[in-house]
Amino acid sequence: MTLATQHDSGQSSLPAAGSAAPPRPPGAGPASAPATRIAIHNLTVHYGTFCAVRNVTLDIPANQVTAIIGPSGCGKSTVVRSLNRMTDLVPGARVSGEAILDGENILRPEVDVVNVRRRIGMVFQRPNPFPKSIYDNVAYGPRLHGVRDRDLDEVVERTLRGAALWDEVKDKLHQSALALSGGQQQRLCIARAMAVEPEVILMDEPASAIDPIGTLRIEELIADLRATYTIVIVTHNMQQASRVSDVTAFFTMDEDRAGYMVEFGPTIEIFTNPRNQLTEDYVSGRFG
Amino acid sequence: MLGLAGLAAFLAVLPLAWIIVYVTQAGLPALTLDFFTNLPTPVGVPGGGIINAIVGSAITVGLGLLLAGPVGTLVAIYATANAERPIGTVIRFATDTLSGVPSIVMGIFAYTIVVLPQRHFSALAGGVVLAFIMLPIVIRSTEEMLKLVPSSLREASLALGAAEWRTWRNVLVPAAWNGILTGLMLAVARAAGEAAPMLFTAFGNPFMSVSLDQPIATLPHTIYIYAISPYEDWRAKAWATALVLIILVLALNVAARYVTGRRARKLGTVTR
Ligand SMILES: Nc1ncnc2c1ncn2[C@@H]1O[C@H](COP(=O)(O)OP(=O)(O)OP(=O)(O)O)[C@@H](O)[C@H]1O
Ligand SMILES: [Mg+2]
Repeated sequence: MTLATQHDSGQSSLPAAGSAAPPRPPGAGPASAPATRIAIHNLTVHYGTFCAVRNVTLDIPANQVTAIIGPSGCGKSTVVRSLNRMTDLVPGARVSGEAILDGENILRPEVDVVNVRRRIGMVFQRPNPFPKSIYDNVAYGPRLHGVRDRDLDEVVERTLRGAALWDEVKDKLHQSALALSGGQQQRLCIARAMAVEPEVILMDEPASAIDPIGTLRIEELIADLRATYTIVIVTHNMQQASRVSDVTAFFTMDEDRAGYMVEFGPTIEIFTNPRNQLTEDYVSGRFG
Repeated sequence: MLGLAGLAAFLAVLPLAWIIVYVTQAGLPALTLDFFTNLPTPVGVPGGGIINAIVGSAITVGLGLLLAGPVGTLVAIYATANAERPIGTVIRFATDTLSGVPSIVMGIFAYTIVVLPQRHFSALAGGVVLAFIMLPIVIRSTEEMLKLVPSSLREASLALGAAEWRTWRNVLVPAAWNGILTGLMLAVARAAGEAAPMLFTAFGNPFMSVSLDQPIATLPHTIYIYAISPYEDWRAKAWATALVLIILVLALNVAARYVTGRRARKLGTVTR
């Protein structure tokens, strides 16, 4: 896989991995009329009295990679974290609006967060494997959700193969995950998220703490995974966004520092032919 | 400046070395194999050992650990999970206060709530008072260790759909386990050396007893009895008992280090 530049985005970026990805015309952006996996409507998040994001409305397409880009502090993480209710952990955080997954607003306080988090997994900026063996990391989620011990071996192997990590770790499954390289740890974290078979995987700058080769691996993996999962990736790396994503949302901040979405569309459009001046300034590097 | 610090360090280590050397010198002569395996003999009868006190200390300290370990760990989890809320502060304050209560006061308290209703001294009462003494140590050390576990692990677990209690049980407590174990060891070492509260609770027993319902001998209490006696051979036995106590506490510490070290090596990390 070659490092694509901004202008051939989406073309050379898709690896010829033998995944079951439906063939998609290169560079054509999203396939025609993709189904919406999560319909976000008027999402607003406050931390105490501070409004971090305001009125975000965005349809996350199923089985595609949605990139969220924008300057630091514009609320990218906040949006993503509200989708699997990690915002519940922040005292004083208030989330309003809707995020409809299969007809249900998952932002309502009454919904079962365990179920939401099971259906919408998350990978964090810094690899955070448990200080347990590689095997136990992957098996953690399935064990929680009642997979029987005798079925675990198979689940772990299948998941690690799916995460293209199996060949690297199959001889040391019972060694500490912390002995892996940063990039491998992050792919293990992706595998750990995959193991509970979520529909959506949120990734908040998954490669920002990883070296270039490791980053490449993660990008290849993401391209593979979109056949099975809906992926939302936050990134500061324009080239990465253009390489891995089908659609891109650009966020920025108001004068009062509240984040909002400026533009949303096929990645190729956002990078080559943005409608908004702010987007153009940002993707061409003229921002800030 | 550094020289001064070095001198201070030397002065800090000196008492420990001095105590160990002195107790070894004083205790070694009376320390035979029989001393470990025999029951005490009356004054003047040669031989005799402290097997009853070794067993009694194991029983009372073990009972204390059994009571204070789980409770203290749970309290520490609760306090850590609620660190920012008022209840967290209240727990911390209460724990600090509890650790400041003199052990003899704890002894009188246990006497009131266990010995008086039962109408007799017992190993049970001794275990209870040791639990009181261990509790704040366990809580504070466990809390410190849990605070060191990165919050990213908690997020990782919750993001997989784990409930909060499972996250604590399966991820956070295991990640802090080495530290927690060290804290338990500290508590055991502290409790194993308590003589004063035993006067009101376990009371002592010259015979072998393994019953929770009967008075029981303990090492520090045996040291006390022997040391204040007017008999030369009992005082020698006091030193020998002191040496046994020190060796046991040291051995426990080494064992704990070995266990935690092995775990740490297996996981490729030291969670400290
Ligand atoms: N737990 C929190 N408590 C209070 N304010 C917060 C909290 N988390 C984020 N914020 C604020 O909300 C705003 C958006 O933060 P967020 O982390 O979502 O931005 P971001 O776009 O992900 O930034 P970056 O690119 O630096 O990761 C920022 O002003 C930030 O200071
Ligand atoms: Mg962020």
